[in-house]
Amino acid sequence: MESGADLLELGIPFSDVMADGPVIQKACQRALERGTSLDDVFEMVSRFRQRDAETPIILMGYMNPLERRGIEAFSSQAAVAGVDGLLIVDCPADEAVETTRAFDADGLYQIFLIAPTTSDSRLERMVPLAGGFIYYVTLKGVTGSAALDASTLGPAVRRIHARSELPVAVGFGISTPEQAAQAASAADAVVIGSALVDRLHGCRDLSEALDTVREYIGGIRQALDRLAGESTAAAS
Amino acid sequence: MTDSAEQIMHEPRRPQELPDDRGHFGVFGGRFVSETLMTALEELEQAWRKSREDRDFQAELDRDLAHFVGRPSPLYLAERLTAHAGGAQIVFKREDLNHTGAHKINNTVGQALLARAMGKKRVIAETGAGQHGVASATVAARLGMNCVVYMGADDIKRQAINVFRMKLLGAEVVSVESGSRTLKDALNEAMRDWVTNVDDTFYILGTVAGPHPYPALVRDFNAVVGREARVQCRDEYGKLPDALVACVGGGSNAIGLFYPFIEDREVAMYGVEAAGRGLYGIEHAASLCAGRVGVLHGSRTYLLDDDAGQIRETHSISAGLDYPGVGPEHAWLKDCGRAEYVGVTDEQALEAFHLCTRLEGIMPALESAHAVAWGLKLAAGMRRQCRWISCINWWNRVPICWNLASRFPM
Repeated sequence: MESGADLLELGIPFSDVMADGPVIQKACQRALERGTSLDDVFEMVSRFRQRDAETPIILMGYMNPLERRGIEAFSSQAAVAGVDGLLIVDCPADEAVETTRAFDADGLYQIFLIAPTTSDSRLERMVPLAGGFIYYVTLKGVTGSAALDASTLGPAVRRIHARSELPVAVGFGISTPEQAAQAASAADAVVIGSALVDRLHGCRDLSEALDTVREYIGGIRQALDRLAGESTAAAS
Repeated sequence: MTDSAEQIMHEPRRPQELPDDRGHFGVFGGRFVSETLMTALEELEQAWRKSREDRDFQAELDRDLAHFVGRPSPLYLAERLTAHAGGAQIVFKREDLNHTGAHKINNTVGQALLARAMGKKRVIAETGAGQHGVASATVAARLGMNCVVYMGADDIKRQAINVFRMKLLGAEVVSVESGSRTLKDALNEAMRDWVTNVDDTFYILGTVAGPHPYPALVRDFNAVVGREARVQCRDEYGKLPDALVACVGGGSNAIGLFYPFIEDREVAMYGVEAAGRGLYGIEHAASLCAGRVGVLHGSRTYLLDDDAGQIRETHSISAGLDYPGVGPEHAWLKDCGRAEYVGVTDEQALEAFHLCTRLEGIMPALESAHAVAWGLKLAAGMRRQCRWISCINWWNRVPICWNLASRFPM
């Protein structure tokens, strides 16, 4: 946060992260091997909230751990901990009736992904359910795969803006300050996921990890600030 | 063409069809995948629905099933096993006599035709025991398509012969090192490939699990097993069977056999899951007998997980049943009481394998041996006028065969 991230995305570890690439897979595996539970994730959010009441926090995860907790129980516990929104990777708008009902009741946003392949008709069906912001996936593939193709981004973001008032964040394939700046020139926010997790994994201890985050996110922040616009950087 | 063959090819569709338009079987099924796959699944669904009404497509499929696969497969009365059990007649639907030795080819032939109709040049598949991988590599070779098969690193070691067969057929076999390094991880990896290469790639999913339309699509291509069995049983015995027995991992052979009989209420249905080292521990793969409802691999279904919702590693002596989920239609059949699901242990399956081999001269796959084991108990408790049918695949696991050789009296 000190280095300039505006929003925090925290992953709930899951054994079968079908839509994620190797970096997030391994991060989940490490977390599970060390016994990280859903309650630990809520605890982390609560502790963070004692120091920072403002920065929005999004939890990212998969359906099965939510179902096991019970959607309503999960939702109210997340709200109590201080979570603002949920991104459930394997819960597209088509299957989200139950989750959006529970999240609405607790004042949480459900954030949906939109892909380059998402048709206009799908987009129109999804927009009324979406809350918080819209997460545009910049490329075909899993998280942390090939690099961003900035040329397609402008029209894609305009297509979403034409149908929704919500800010559009772009993610997947953004790792350098240059890519972040390119993405931010088209969108309202950029999401850095695998690139940050990958850098953290190489760290030996907490202080090195903190230095790494400061330097890396700081670099992204500077690149975004050089843009005249009102762009924001989100980091997970 | 005989009357029976005519009936098999042109039997009218059942009036009440599941899944619903959004792929749900009651509360089960659906499409729990990342948005990045939704459009591909919608396109696949459209192509599948179109193919069901397309007479040319169906005619080509029927020709392939007849001349490439070798259908119809015989219905075989296992007389010595029947005498051994001392009750109902035991009848095998001989899917082991298909090209490549299993029911899996019924589905891959169909999906390959769909892939071609959709203009895809590359096919991918996941495989556990290797049967579906071989069946996919086979159809890809025949249609001149590139084929990549994802297989868990542990399964690759256990199934060297099938890996060799896939490579001979020109497929690339990718070793999956993540997670439990078995079927479920191969499926995750195939999904990741598909989402990345969705423009030119068709994913030939091997079982009735996964997101809609796969459970229905794979069922439709396998239902030829049950359609044939229904007609053959009537022709041969003058009535429908009293029971059907089939092993269930993901559940493709079972649903293929069950589906055409679902509205024949007098026909009992038993799905046999891998109870591994026993249902009371965790070393089994019996998601319907011992699991609970959750979301895995794109659909809501019964699965095996821990209290945190993490998917558990499973155990079965048979790689093809070693899967922590199950097709959503089975979950529905269980909950509405139309089918009953039971477990058979590794030991019981091995015993049945041995009996079947020695008494009938048919080596069943270890998957099918689970069904035989349960069926022997069932037969003993049924009247002699009754009969049950099971779908039998071929035993082609030479490496395991040698490892287990010491356990059989030679």
